[in-house]
Parts: sequence; structure tokens; C-alpha cells
Amino acid sequence: MKGYRYLSGVTTLELRPEDCVGCGRCLEVCPHRVFALDGTKARIIDLDACMECGACAKNCPAAAITVDSGVGCASGLINEWLQERKLRRVGSGCCS
Amino acid sequence: MPRITTELSFADRLGTCKARWGIGRMEYMVPPGLYAVGTPTPDDPVVVTANYKMSYDMVRSSLAGHNTWLLVLETFGINVWCAAGKGTFGTDELEKRVDSVGLATVVNHRCLLLPILGAPGVAAHEVQKRTGFTVRYATIRAMDLPSYLDNDMVTTPEMQELTFTLRERLVLIPVELVLALKSIGLIGGTIFLAAFLMGGEAAGTKAIIAWLGAVFAGIVVGPLLLPWLPGRSFAIKGGIAGLGWSFVWYLLAGGAAWSVPVSLAAFLALPAVSAFYTLNFTGCSTYTSRSGVKKEMRLALPAMGAVLVVSLVLVLAGRFL
Repeated sequence: MKGYRYLSGVTTLELRPEDCVGCGRCLEVCPHRVFALDGTKARIIDLDACMECGACAKNCPAAAITVDSGVGCASGLINEWLQERKLRRVGSGCCS
Repeated sequence: MPRITTELSFADRLGTCKARWGIGRMEYMVPPGLYAVGTPTPDDPVVVTANYKMSYDMVRSSLAGHNTWLLVLETFGINVWCAAGKGTFGTDELEKRVDSVGLATVVNHRCLLLPILGAPGVAAHEVQKRTGFTVRYATIRAMDLPSYLDNDMVTTPEMQELTFTLRERLVLIPVELVLALKSIGLIGGTIFLAAFLMGGEAAGTKAIIAWLGAVFAGIVVGPLLLPWLPGRSFAIKGGIAGLGWSFVWYLLAGGAAWSVPVSLAAFLALPAVSAFYTLNFTGCSTYTSRSGVKKEMRLALPAMGAVLVVSLVLVLAGRFL
């Protein structure tokens, strides 16, 4: 994204080219131009721009993409940790 | 079927403003279902959105002059992006809503126009299989819908790329302030009490202003200056904003008269507070990843804790030595 760059080398996004059918859906749904289409196969051209929203994996008809998507905000993660440790009940806060 | 206007009334604008400030924000919604914008025919496009009133208002006002169908999904008053993340703006709800409004009998075509930020919740190929409707991801922003519709439904690269402009960041800040108000008050009260007991009313007042300034630097200054603050980590950006506040406070409060331990403590603790609040802004940002935030938190939270403990020790040591 223009003017912004988050931490590099952290994303869990993976594309298995052998499963790709080249439909181009991932290019359509990605808001950060992570993918490009090389003929009949999609390819990751900007891995570190990925924000792990999961749109590509969800919309891949060949299930060729995996990514650990989910709540990405600090308070949401703190809530998650607290809930896992049963220190806070599920459903409180904006990101629960 | 309800026919709706594309003009926003004063009440709509006031509602948006109130929601931005967190007033009635969780109950700001419209009934899900199918609406007519203008005088649509069975050949006109179907635009899909969430039932958060602000989302619905943005979409219908941007459709001025276009005849379209507006299919509003039940997302329980949550915007498209967050609802897609939770899955309520999703394949199942879309299928259910297409079915319950009898969309196949209302329109001749079999195409749904979805916001691109709804894609994390919707599997387009599943929708096609289950309903017979093809999903087209149109634009990210509602304001781009008119040019999309006028341009033979072609998504230009600009319509598909996220931005995070000063204005886009600014409108998110009020609700962040409001949501943090309770903790700001509780912690601020505790700080005042502690400083008051140690050094009287003047010390208490100074401590609470220092605290509020650091919070402000973290919630307001950090996010506003986001692209210009150095570093990629939100915690570091916030820490730098907090360091700026430390200098300002040092000058305002006559820091030259402070003891060395107190000065050190101020320059450590205040940036840590700001860093925490700016780190929290990752939830509002449009480019941070879950794994990145996790990594940042694993490093930043213990560091902030350590810094606060050191600051406290410095203040206490400075007092008793």
C-alpha cells in the first residue's frame, strides 16, 4: 500500500502453484496486490504486503491458498489470550 | 419493497457523527432485505452491503442517479470489513438473503456486486453453486461505485487498492478515544492518587497531565502521523510520539528542576504508554497482519511492562535515596 509497509517476513500466506487453476480470483479480492497471474498460474509478487485477511484463500476454488487469518488488532488479541486462559468471558469487547 | 432515497438527511449525518463518537454505535442498523434505489428494472444490477447504518448510508448516497437493487445482509450492525472477518457478511447469510427476498424472481440476470472488503467472508464459487448467482467484487469504496457502474463494471486498479489517508485515519480516532475512556480514567485516577500521596496536590496534577498527554500522543498523534513516524512497528511509532510528548512536557513543566531519576522515569514511562495505545491502532489500520501484530505484541508488551517497572523504581529510589 502506498506510503505504508508493515513488518516483513511474518505472513502465513502460502500458495501451492501445483493446485492453482489460474482463475485469477485471488488477484480480484486482494486489496494489496500480493498476487499476479503468469499465464495460467497465480504467483505471489509481494508477500510482505499481505495483511492476512483471508479473502484469497476463501475465494480460491481450488483451495490452493492457505493463510492464518483472523482478528489482527492488539486489543482483539489480548481478549483472545485472556479468553483462552479463561480470564475473560467470550463476547466482550469489539473484537470478540 | 421499500424504495429508498439516495439523499442523506440531517438525521443520517447526525447518526454518522454519533456513531463515530461511539454513541449508539452497536445498535446503529437497518433491517436486512432488498431495497430499490431509484426505479430499478429486473435488468438492473444488485449491489450488496451490510446492515450497519453507516455502510448502508454510504452505499445508497453514492448510488444517486443510478437505478439499482440494494441487498442488505444481516451483519448485526457491523460494517462490511469487520463482518466479513467474523463471517457474518458471509456465504451462508448471502445465500439465505438471496433466497428469502426471492431475488431470482425480482431480477432477470444472475449477478451480485459485492464490496471487495466483503471477500474474506464470502466464497464466490460457493455462492454460485448454491444460488446460481455469480459474485463480482466491484470496488473497495462505495464512492467508486458510480464510476464502476458507468464504466461497464470494470474495476480499475485504483478501485481495488486500499488507502489510509489522513482523513481516513482521523475519522477513526474519536471512537478509539471513547472506547479507551474508562481505562484512561481508572488508571489516571490511580496515578493521581499515588502522586498525591507522595508529593501533594501539585505532584498529583502534574502526574495526571503527564499521563493524559502520553495517552493523547498514543491515540491521536501516533495514528495521525502514522506514515511519517519512523519504523514499521506501531509500538515504535507510538513510542516516538510519546518521546515527543516527554520533551514537550519537560519544557512545559519546568523539567530542568526535576531530579535525574524523575527525568529518566518520565522519558521512559511516557513513551511506553503512548506505544501501547498506538499499538492498539493496528485494529483500525488497513495493512497490518495478524501475525505481525502478534509478533509486535510478544516483543512490545514485556518491554513496556519492564520500562514501567524501571520508571517506578527510579521514582521511588529518587525519593528515598
